[in-house]
Amino acid sequence: MRRVLTLHMENQAGALSRVAGLFSARAFNIESLTVAPTESRGVSRMTLVTRGSEHLVEQILKQINKLIDVIKVVDLTESPHVERELMLVKLRAGGENRPEVRSLVDIFRGKIVDVTPSSYVIELTGTADKLEAFLEALDARHILELARTGSCGMARGEKAA
Amino acid sequence: MNEPKSKVMRGARIFVEALKAEGVRYLFGYPGGAVLHLYDELFKQEGLEHILVRHEQGATHAADGYARVSGAPGVVLVTSGPGVTNCVTGIATAHMDSIPLVVFTGQVPTALIGNDAFQEVDAVGITRPCVKHNFLVEKVEDLALTIKKAFYISTTGRPGPVVVDLPKDITAAECPFSYPETLDMRSYKPVTRGHAGQIRKAVKLLLAARRPMIYSGGGVILSGAAKVLTDFSRLLGYPVTNTLMGLGGYPGTDSQFLGMLGMHGTYEANLAMHHCDVLLAVGARFDDRVTGDLDKFCPEARIIHIDIDPSCIAKNVDVDIPIVGDVGLVLKEMKQHLDESDRKPDAEALQAWWKRIETWRAQQCLGYQRDAKKIKPQQVIETLYEITGGGACLTSDVGQHQMWAAQFYKFDQPRRWVSSGGLGTMGFGLPAAMGAYLACPERDVVCITGEASLVMCIQELSTCLQYGLPIKIVNLNNRYMGMVRQWQEFFYAGRYSHSYMDALPDFVKLAESFGHVGIRVEESVEIKPALERAFAMKDRLVLMDFVTDQEENVYPMIAAGKGQHEMELSPEQISPDRELA
Repeated sequence: MRRVLTLHMENQAGALSRVAGLFSARAFNIESLTVAPTESRGVSRMTLVTRGSEHLVEQILKQINKLIDVIKVVDLTESPHVERELMLVKLRAGGENRPEVRSLVDIFRGKIVDVTPSSYVIELTGTADKLEAFLEALDARHILELARTGSCGMARGEKAA
Repeated sequence: MNEPKSKVMRGARIFVEALKAEGVRYLFGYPGGAVLHLYDELFKQEGLEHILVRHEQGATHAADGYARVSGAPGVVLVTSGPGVTNCVTGIATAHMDSIPLVVFTGQVPTALIGNDAFQEVDAVGITRPCVKHNFLVEKVEDLALTIKKAFYISTTGRPGPVVVDLPKDITAAECPFSYPETLDMRSYKPVTRGHAGQIRKAVKLLLAARRPMIYSGGGVILSGAAKVLTDFSRLLGYPVTNTLMGLGGYPGTDSQFLGMLGMHGTYEANLAMHHCDVLLAVGARFDDRVTGDLDKFCPEARIIHIDIDPSCIAKNVDVDIPIVGDVGLVLKEMKQHLDESDRKPDAEALQAWWKRIETWRAQQCLGYQRDAKKIKPQQVIETLYEITGGGACLTSDVGQHQMWAAQFYKFDQPRRWVSSGGLGTMGFGLPAAMGAYLACPERDVVCITGEASLVMCIQELSTCLQYGLPIKIVNLNNRYMGMVRQWQEFFYAGRYSHSYMDALPDFVKLAESFGHVGIRVEESVEIKPALERAFAMKDRLVLMDFVTDQEENVYPMIAAGKGQHEMELSPEQISPDRELA
């Protein structure tokens, strides 16, 4: 099943490749991975989406924990949590389909962030499901370029991970 | 260190002072361009002894052997580029067996990193998958703390190799030096004390066992827990088996000891595993060479697993009571519970269990046919055991000879058996013996090897002469890569594809050309006199070339994909009345 893991790690050179290397060395699957610095100096936060049986995910968590640079890893999947992903889509929009695209963007609460006479760049955030739904609503032939960040996650409530 | 605490020093000097502060005695290494500042500093100091090997792989294996026998971390210093890549096999060997090593690798100056400079290699990248952790030192101010961390990480928790990559300019740069006395890493805090509730549950389950079994591995040796394991097991009166890595963790000559388990383990150990109802696994990792087919593994057992590495628990086999902690500390607590408990093991059930075990033991699964002329490799090890009074420190290479050594030499003490169990590195034995001897010069150090393994690091004979290391090499020479040939005989209809050495050196002359003594032994009657002659030469390295029976096989054996109870005995051993598993 799909699992969302969030980890705090020392912001050391090579820390990211230790995590990525662990996944490839042990044939674990990475669906998406995002990483950026946090409010604490020297600490980066990574959100990692993976798939596997309960047994496999337990092993993944243990192996991540074993990495010396990793301060903490939490599996968000089972508890209430927020997940968001950012997507940019460059779309061919040259006349007759422009109103339709604009209304789709409104429905999905997206933003048009770049406009030319023949194209739009659309910014959309949400869960992975929402982004998928938006892409399905578009005419695939009009998509010129697509960039997604992968999921970023956080537990709900006051308690910090 | 007599200097005031924060004297300004060059990086190279900081390196030397830090090693001294860590109590390092030997440094196994090989110089080169990127580490010349460090070597210059080594030249000027006293106290650290540098052992110049003949190939960097030898340095890592020697440091590894030193660590396994002494319990202290092995330390290596090599240059950049090929110096690093030559170390990789040795680092991976130590990693698989959880041996504490600190490997310092030279690196091109920081300004040249990434430029494909001469002798540049991404040391941190290349070693990442086979180290516990690694570092690139980016400024001289970080050097002392990084060395402190390297030793701390390498030796605590589940030990392992740590690589520290040192760019040349860092070793020339200066900064004030003071060696940190303590260390607190927020991202690395190994758990050593076991969970009290789990420990209570484990003792209760053990006491309720009717067919108990204790299975212990290398973790017992690493944790220094051999004595507490022995006391604990004797108190219970339960049977004990050791993994290849765990030999010496429980006395090999004790009647409660069933021998090694696994692919070439004893019949009694494997059958007792298969039929037990409670299994206590201590510092062992349920390796595939131990378990055989996982679906058939210990079908009736409830399992207690003690290990310092949580990722080892429930990785291959589901367990009922996991306990994360240092095996020595956990066993001590378990023993305390046992001492305080009114409950005793079920004596009647235990007696019946032992009776069953004795019928398996009566098979004498390690029996072999001695020959009036041909040298049986097993007989060489048995005679070696006799001559050394069981007190030698043995290293091995990998293959048939390794299994015979493990089966026939009885280790009563920990840290006397040095073998590449996890990675299975041929070429390990001779350099490991150098480190073993330096760790324990008062003991006979014997390298059990085969002609194929021995030549893989044969150049270290030269190191042995330079430092006067009187190792005894027992070469079980069957002219084949014996274990490969055995598998080809069993599973490939005897097609001996490339497992035969058609052109071997004259090992006697080879030893002599390196300045040592060589003895060729061709008949079984000569085994004992030859060994006696060799061991009488206390201060010489003697290479004994035993020309053995070419097609002798290692038995018993669990073939790949079979369960522990499906073990095969040697053809001469199978008696019609054996209890069917």
